[in-house]
Amino acid sequence: MKRFIPETRAVNVVKRFTCDELVELLTAYLEDVLDRPSHDGVRAHLSCCEHCERYFEQFRATIRVLGDQPPEKLPAGVRDRLMSAFRERHGG
Amino acid sequence: MGAFAGGRLPPDDVVVTALRAGDETMFAALLDTWSRGMLRVARSYVSTDPSAEEVVQDTWLAVIDGIDGFEGRSSIKTWVYRILVNTAKKRGMRESRTLPWSAFEADGVPFPDGVSFPDGGRWGEPGAAWPSPEGEALAAEVRALTAEALGRLPPRQRVVITMRDVEGYSSDEVCEILEISAANQRVLLHRARTAVRGWLADYYGSVKQAEQ
Repeated sequence: MKRFIPETRAVNVVKRFTCDELVELLTAYLEDVLDRPSHDGVRAHLSCCEHCERYFEQFRATIRVLGDQPPEKLPAGVRDRLMSAFRERHGG
Repeated sequence: MGAFAGGRLPPDDVVVTALRAGDETMFAALLDTWSRGMLRVARSYVSTDPSAEEVVQDTWLAVIDGIDGFEGRSSIKTWVYRILVNTAKKRGMRESRTLPWSAFEADGVPFPDGVSFPDGGRWGEPGAAWPSPEGEALAAEVRALTAEALGRLPPRQRVVITMRDVEGYSSDEVCEILEISAANQRVLLHRARTAVRGWLADYYGSVKQAEQ
């Protein structure tokens, strides 16, 4: 069965968001889980709202800083103990 | 980490077979690849570094004991991390730092200073621009501040943002380990990012004022 879907309904639908709505959608936008009209709506809003664009930039800068934490390491003593435990378990 | 330089571990069945056979190189590779993330995640639930180290140690001991019974219903990484999260939760409960998770259901973070929408959902006073993170001193300070900010988040938000943004785990992995829905994970992540951004904004604001 061939279904007729008017193409005009799928195109050119862009949701409009206020700034307070927009900032709540940024994670979903970055995760690419918004439906098409919402995704396009966020992009359209960001391209013409200086304040939201700045906020978005800061939001992304925050994510970058979070990913830039100094590496952690298990203390050598703990690591040694665990290696011995593993060895003992296997009769080494 | 020699044999698996680059941090790429072999497929799960190879890993599990090696562990069961007592392959020390494989065990060492897992230890060195996952322990740093595990330490951070443990710290979301317990109050001190030594506690977090003990949680990670107890987790690995449980892995050594339990690997023969691993049924492969999840990935080995998810299995290890679930043991970690359970161990850390129990420990955190004992330290009574962790409230029951239900207590955090409504833990919305209010917008920090400088973010308000009084005018029909539009910006009132927009936040100031941030300086570019030039200069190692500023970068180090921002890193330290970010670590502190993580410590101020409610545990559920903290563990999600730690796995996602600090350790770079995928949304699917995090949902599987914490046994939460994708939507719930996203809400927690968004609140956490919003809070951390707010604290960074406050900090940059104070730096700017000090310069004037």
